[in-house]
Amino acid sequence: MTLIKIDKKSLDQGIEKAKAAYRVFGPVKQKTDHDFKLLDKSELPDFNFQNTRLSPKAIIYPQSQIMFEYSLDETSEDCRIMKEVENVASPMAVVGVRPCDALSFPIVRRNFDSPEYQDTYWIKAYEATTFVGLACNSACATCFCTSAGTGPFGEEGLDILLVADGNNFFVKELTEKGAAFIKAAGWSGDADANAASKIDELKKTAEATITAAVETDKLREKTILELYDASFWEEEAFSCINCGTCTYVCPTCWCFDVQDETFGKSGIRMRNWDSCMFPLFTHHASGHNPRDVKYQRVRQRFMHKLKYYVDKYDNGIQCVGCGRCIRLCPVNIDIRRICNKMNSFDAAKAACEAVAS
Amino acid sequence: MTDYTDKIKEIAKRVLDEGKVDMVIGFRKGTVPMMNQPHYATSAASVDELIWDSSCGLNLANYLTDKKGNIAIVAKGCDTRNIVTHVIENKIKREQLHIIGVPCTGMIDHHKINAMFDKEITKVEESGDQITISGNGFSETLPKKDLLAENCAVCTHRNPVEYDELVGDLVEEQTGVDQYASVKEVEAMSPEDKWNYFEDLLAPCIRCYACRNACPLCYCPTCFVDESRPQWVGKSQDPTDVRTFHLLRAYHCAGRCTDCGACERVCPMGIKIREFTKKLNKDCLELYGWEAGLSLDQRPPLDTYKADDPEDFIK
Repeated sequence: MTLIKIDKKSLDQGIEKAKAAYRVFGPVKQKTDHDFKLLDKSELPDFNFQNTRLSPKAIIYPQSQIMFEYSLDETSEDCRIMKEVENVASPMAVVGVRPCDALSFPIVRRNFDSPEYQDTYWIKAYEATTFVGLACNSACATCFCTSAGTGPFGEEGLDILLVADGNNFFVKELTEKGAAFIKAAGWSGDADANAASKIDELKKTAEATITAAVETDKLREKTILELYDASFWEEEAFSCINCGTCTYVCPTCWCFDVQDETFGKSGIRMRNWDSCMFPLFTHHASGHNPRDVKYQRVRQRFMHKLKYYVDKYDNGIQCVGCGRCIRLCPVNIDIRRICNKMNSFDAAKAACEAVAS
Repeated sequence: MTDYTDKIKEIAKRVLDEGKVDMVIGFRKGTVPMMNQPHYATSAASVDELIWDSSCGLNLANYLTDKKGNIAIVAKGCDTRNIVTHVIENKIKREQLHIIGVPCTGMIDHHKINAMFDKEITKVEESGDQITISGNGFSETLPKKDLLAENCAVCTHRNPVEYDELVGDLVEEQTGVDQYASVKEVEAMSPEDKWNYFEDLLAPCIRCYACRNACPLCYCPTCFVDESRPQWVGKSQDPTDVRTFHLLRAYHCAGRCTDCGACERVCPMGIKIREFTKKLNKDCLELYGWEAGLSLDQRPPLDTYKADDPEDFIK
């Protein structure tokens, strides 16, 4: 695989050039924070950010997405027939994806592209997309990617990794999709012999800036019901207001709700992001709600990410350590604290303590 | 205000030891700067985690809704006004509560402070009326008055209006502040400018409902946006539905909002949600001479009828 070294000017020119073949998304500062957006002509990504406020998941999996259209016009031939909307994804490239967010796509893929189910909307968008990552040269205090299956220079989920070295960038081609993007961008010029060791040095420096970690080694061996019945859930959930912030800013939260909206004699069937924090998420048509109380909903979110997913896929936790939920939770529920509590939970000991008190 | 911490712990320990209350609701230090966590203590051990500083901006009255048992609650001026509103609206009984009143000098605005620095803030410390903000390679000390949340900057009810005991001497109330300067600016706009202004204001909304859920007033068993039989509001990012949510929620808070600022504080997208409620607060003040939550003995203007109620706005 190719390793190229380019300067900032070639980087920008290449991104601009690639727009002829791709719809290019990148981080842009909007008011106070950076978020991904479709870059207009001559608009360039702004790499002066630690991470975007929202993850790039909406590029592949929009918050609201129309899936079907229907007609209620009795005189029409296709009255009451659900017709799939045109679902063709043109080539997209997301430039400036942080390695933590990059790992979220293979994680989410296990849900949307499995032997049992293929979510054609997600898959088509995903397959049409080239992920151009940007290594993190320094971490935030809330970043714990190195204990969540990746790291500041992690490559999983990426087609290209960009590594900033002063005003220059190393361009590391990782896949064929990446090679095609490099070609479209016109980036060329082999990096010198020292490049690999320079990248390694930058990587080590970056990893040393990670101060946060979670312990996950014992999650898999825990008994589901013992964790489910653990005594700490009510206390940990006390501050929760059951908003959807953690879910919506999370790169790996994938749940959605299906809604029909009718306008006169025609209508659409769409899906919208949903959140297990909302009581409505599990509200049955009968009126019964199996997760009626807030601690049950808080427990669900963490059990899903840190236990059910772990057990089902045997591929680590459903969390990439980006820290968004920690930074943005309005009431400071901290997944690191919950994860460590779950990992170290000793049901026998907790039972003894309960008896003693 | 950090010197209130010891007094809060002392009171909490006493009321728990005396068996006066089953729990004390307050704050514990957050794991992220400027984000303290609502926390409850039921024993001396958890009392030690209780703290107070200028990042206790969430409204703890929100944690009282329909609670059973006897509860002590740490409450600054706006929290006590929402406790009064809760009592008036039968969401809690005054007798259940032991209100630990906090004379407040305002809360700092984490949105504003984060936006002031390009680099990540890893530590925020306060000493008297000075706040020191630091991160990797920088440290800056600024007067707290320049960092206040907008609602705190124009607050005229810093002292608790209802309490059983205080954690410190009452503070001087602010006078001469123009509470409604931002509303007047919007009122002066042309309809087209207003439309654009609100469109821009709500554009970042992700419908997480943090604003609604952090608000002590929003305790409806089923919010109108969650009703499904019939469904009143669409669930998508359609701007009409997003606006419907915000406008109707604001109107539901008319004559009840204490301008505690919790909605703005919790918004992950930094939307200035008070622009809506503030206008209604201004109308209630101008039409009915009313500010919410100041007295247990007065009914709110919108749930009473008086023969001389203004009606000029009915066309």
